[in-house]
Amino acid sequence: MQFDQSLLFVFILSGFLGFELIKRVSPLLHTPLMSLTNALDAIVVVAAIIIAGRHETRLSTTLGLIAVAASFSNMVGGFIITDRMLHMFKTKKDKKQ
Amino acid sequence: MTVAATQQLIDLTYIVAVVGFILAIKWLSSPVSAMRGVLIGEIAAALAVGATLFDPQVTHYKWIIVALIIGAAVGVPLGMVKTTAIPQRTALSHAFGALSAAIIGIAEYYVGTPNISKFGMVEIGLEVIIGSLTFTGSLIAAGKLQEILPQRPITYKGQNFVSLSVLGTAILLMLILVFHPEYRHVFEAMVIVALVFGVMLVTPIGGADMPTVISLLNSYAGFSAALLGLVLNSKVLVVAGALDGASGFILSVIMCRAMNRSFTNVLFGAFGQIQESTAKVEQKPVRSASPEEAAEMLSSARLVIVVPGYGLAVAQAQHKLRELYDTLTKRGVDMRFAIHPVAGRMPGHMNVLLAEADIPYDKLFEMDDINGEFPQADVALVIGANDVTNPAARHDKSSPIYGMPILNTDQAHTVMVIKRSMNPGFAGIDNELYYLDKTLMLFGDAKVFLTSIVKELSAVHA
Repeated sequence: MQFDQSLLFVFILSGFLGFELIKRVSPLLHTPLMSLTNALDAIVVVAAIIIAGRHETRLSTTLGLIAVAASFSNMVGGFIITDRMLHMFKTKKDKKQ
Repeated sequence: MTVAATQQLIDLTYIVAVVGFILAIKWLSSPVSAMRGVLIGEIAAALAVGATLFDPQVTHYKWIIVALIIGAAVGVPLGMVKTTAIPQRTALSHAFGALSAAIIGIAEYYVGTPNISKFGMVEIGLEVIIGSLTFTGSLIAAGKLQEILPQRPITYKGQNFVSLSVLGTAILLMLILVFHPEYRHVFEAMVIVALVFGVMLVTPIGGADMPTVISLLNSYAGFSAALLGLVLNSKVLVVAGALDGASGFILSVIMCRAMNRSFTNVLFGAFGQIQESTAKVEQKPVRSASPEEAAEMLSSARLVIVVPGYGLAVAQAQHKLRELYDTLTKRGVDMRFAIHPVAGRMPGHMNVLLAEADIPYDKLFEMDDINGEFPQADVALVIGANDVTNPAARHDKSSPIYGMPILNTDQAHTVMVIKRSMNPGFAGIDNELYYLDKTLMLFGDAKVFLTSIVKELSAVHA
């Protein structure tokens, strides 16, 4: 296992980008923000798929599969609930349409 | 296609996915573009997952497909919960997220030992510690929100010292591993200690502080995923984790500011306990009013500002409130809603509850945008909110909520408070707003009371 410095760059830059982006999110939508970032964070599922798919040891495969199920449930559930919530936000004009 | 070419194509897909993630959050800046944001996020996530299935390292598919199906089967119902249950669902999803990050780290450790560098061990160690404590901490938070566990803070003498020693032990074990990565039992002990610490971290925190705790756990879950990205050399994880971590962090800062408290105070303060002993029960006179009187005043008002709190949702009164909004708007009354940042049980929760009841979102105002309007308001109608309207926060230095930014309801011409009884609220603090001359107490269940007001209004008009 080697340490790749460029990853630390990516981490710091995306942290700053995150701060700038999230500051601009309307407080009206803070709950959907949390469920959306949750769904995006569930991208951990790609790492889980690789760990499970490499089939190295019985333990790593089992752990990987649990992680696949746990994170994929977050991804599916997170997107569904964000979508549902955003559909609720309407102005008077939207309602008439 | 060669293995290298496939790998490159997958990496390119990940870059596209990352762009999608960033746009998804960017477009959440307004409700108008937000739907587009979710769609692009969904496409990006689907692309990333789809591409990963073609990764040459993945050789066994059967169980992965089964795990994906199980995940979807769990995820769909969790996406369909009632809006009042969204806070506990969110806490549960932090638990799932942290669990997957932690166990992938654990798997990496077992596969990698003993060939783990010192720096790699620090990364894995921190990742697994944060992931594990977030897992158990979030489960406790979800349990409290679901009211399976007691909402009251559970404390004992010397708690902070014990908790910090447990965290210290976990870090100490990690340091041992840095020099002896092959000590598997030390690693296992570290995981267990971190799991225990998560429980100890959240148990002493009371219900009123849940918005902050959820945000903080969100931040931890994000950062554990970012750290996992560092461990696995996965840029897409680093970016998604950092975005999630930053989001949770900003929300926790906003929540802390809204309560005038520091992080350490939330984590180690055990709010809600101290107040109970100091809350004095005084018998002071209050003025009360009937639904008829309230209806009369509301219909002759020009500007009505409603201050909703979580109690509104508990009473399931948000739809009745919408009916009141419709009736009064038809009569030319300008009705607005003042949302305190900590109204509800997680950041933004009250907005969702009101939006669900079809109250137009352009009538929902943040605290700073509406506080200047209260002096012009004929009526401030407080429903299910308490501490966020207490003027003691402005002047009473001995009050536990002193310094907390509040909604200036006391500046309205008349204040109406719908409340079951004179019992103090969540934090157990008496609210001096109730004893003002301009305040009318409307005693009763919020839903029942609003129903009678609406009935009264339509009867008069018919």
